[in-house]
Amino acid sequence: MATLEIKDLRAGVTTDEGRKEILKGVNLTIRSGETHAIMGPNGSGKSTLSYAIAGHPKYEVTSGEVLLDGESVLDMTVDERARAGLFLAMQYPVEVPGVSMSNFLRTAATAVRGEAPKVRQWVKEVKDEMTKLEIPAEFAERSVNEGFSGGEKKRHEILQLALLKPKIAILDETDSGLDVDALRIVSEGVNAYKDSGDAGVMLITHYTRILRHITPDFVHVFADGRIVESGGKALADELEENGYVKYVGTTV
Amino acid sequence: MTVAENTAAAAEAVVPATSRAERFTGFDVEAFEVPGGREENWRFTPMKRLRGLHDGTAVANAEIKVDADAAPEVRVETVGREDARLGEAGEPSDRIAAQAYSSFTAATVLTVPAELRASKPSVLRLTGPGEGNVAYGHVQVRAEAYAEAAIVLDHVGSGTYADNIEFVLGEGAKLTVVSVQDWADDAVHVSEQHLKLGKDATLRHIVVTLGGDLVRISPTATFAASGGDVELLGLSFADAGQHQEHRLFVDHAVLNCKSHVMYKSALQGEGAHAVWIGDVLIRAAAEGTDTYELNRNLVLTQGARADSVPNLEIETGEIIGAGHASATGRFDDEQLFYLQSRGIEEESARRLVVRGFFHEILMKIDIPEVRERLRDAIETELEAVGS
Repeated sequence: MATLEIKDLRAGVTTDEGRKEILKGVNLTIRSGETHAIMGPNGSGKSTLSYAIAGHPKYEVTSGEVLLDGESVLDMTVDERARAGLFLAMQYPVEVPGVSMSNFLRTAATAVRGEAPKVRQWVKEVKDEMTKLEIPAEFAERSVNEGFSGGEKKRHEILQLALLKPKIAILDETDSGLDVDALRIVSEGVNAYKDSGDAGVMLITHYTRILRHITPDFVHVFADGRIVESGGKALADELEENGYVKYVGTTV
Repeated sequence: MTVAENTAAAAEAVVPATSRAERFTGFDVEAFEVPGGREENWRFTPMKRLRGLHDGTAVANAEIKVDADAAPEVRVETVGREDARLGEAGEPSDRIAAQAYSSFTAATVLTVPAELRASKPSVLRLTGPGEGNVAYGHVQVRAEAYAEAAIVLDHVGSGTYADNIEFVLGEGAKLTVVSVQDWADDAVHVSEQHLKLGKDATLRHIVVTLGGDLVRISPTATFAASGGDVELLGLSFADAGQHQEHRLFVDHAVLNCKSHVMYKSALQGEGAHAVWIGDVLIRAAAEGTDTYELNRNLVLTQGARADSVPNLEIETGEIIGAGHASATGRFDDEQLFYLQSRGIEEESARRLVVRGFFHEILMKIDIPEVRERLRDAIETELEAVGS
């Protein structure tokens, strides 16, 4: 049983034009077993929220707290956060030339699990998860994300989710750029992770279509750097119907 | 390193004021003016650290020690200056190469006889003259028609050393060469490497520079007949205070030859300096040329500097391709973040990225012993990263 508490989180970036505040007081608690959909128009700060929690150096947290089981996440380095049980499936996974996927996965699993997985079990584990995600075996020897299509990158994010088994997973626009089949496969991967134990999911998305595959327990509308409305699945249906116009004044 | 997004100093290919074709070459050192350091050819080199190799004051007082561990099929000879074969691959193109040519007393000639395939890599270990000493040397590798071999030139030890190394490839010969500069910290090494490819010959020439105070390697590739294919690869790692300079020249003067250049350098520490010059000349007669050159520099710390200058001169449009790419990047924070976000500690993440940076070249070194040794050497260098 894990709990991620976000309390009055404020964060921003410093650009050439000066400081820009993006998160303006975010409050949210995610417990294992729960799936929270964070929905909002482009530019509302959804991705910033995910990066701030993961510890991306570009985003400076000015105030507020993020606690994982009572421990301050903001005091941890990026890798410590991951080892504590946080995972961010990125909207734009980064290419790392020359580092094979298999080497990367094994290095990450060793770090997160605290010991190197036993080779035979590991090989089978990776193979099984790749099969479920319909990732061809040859990807294991390719460089991390290099030359992957958008859909291939997203599948590999979910592969990492399946292997690293975090307490809390943040999925940042994992549905963007996926065709119907890829969306189904990726969603099945997320559902398998949810079903595997007490995992909490923060699902950040612009569109409702992924919610037809992954059922949220809570839906939050995110606008102008904070959560402006929360509800159940019905709220997503309403958003599908009416868009975000009510929250931002224009159709986005 | 995502180069496109992280280019600190991407050099544009410039057409130099004078064509590379006009550069003077010759065997006699006195025919060259003493360089002052502002010449195009010398402007990146710290002249004082050459210890007089360039102005005649570095007088030989010792010899380079040569130990050969050659494949049984490969003939190893020590010959005198009068040997008519010497100089066949090309004339020195700078004063230090001419000084070396004018000064060496004995040359080592390795011959891979025609139509034979060497059963193992041949290693020539060249040990420097010792700290405070000066030596000049000469090596020639001959791969006769349709011969196949792998040659390792392993430079170790201390001292000041200049040499010419020749590779003469006969028709259809296939040669892989690895020149490793694994010198002690004090060493100064200036080397011109002359690559001459016969008809349909294939040469993979790999330069690995790790040690030394100042190392300047100038490979020049020429084609004696059509159909030649040369691949020039470089891997170097410059630490604090080290000057590593690689100056390449590929002279396409005949039909249908290929050249592919890929040099990568990592730099760390105050005063680490990498210089890469890639001159490619496609002369009017060289129709059907296919050439590409790439240089990447990965700057790991503050205080390190990389200069990268590709020069592409094209005198005919009837070619298959001619391109270049050059980029110098700092450590990519996005890559670090991505790896760290998967639980990998910063230190390990940095190592993964640097290993990845060199991986492409290491995989092309198809001599397992050499590849393993270089992998180890890179690991040793990496232990200093971030410390």
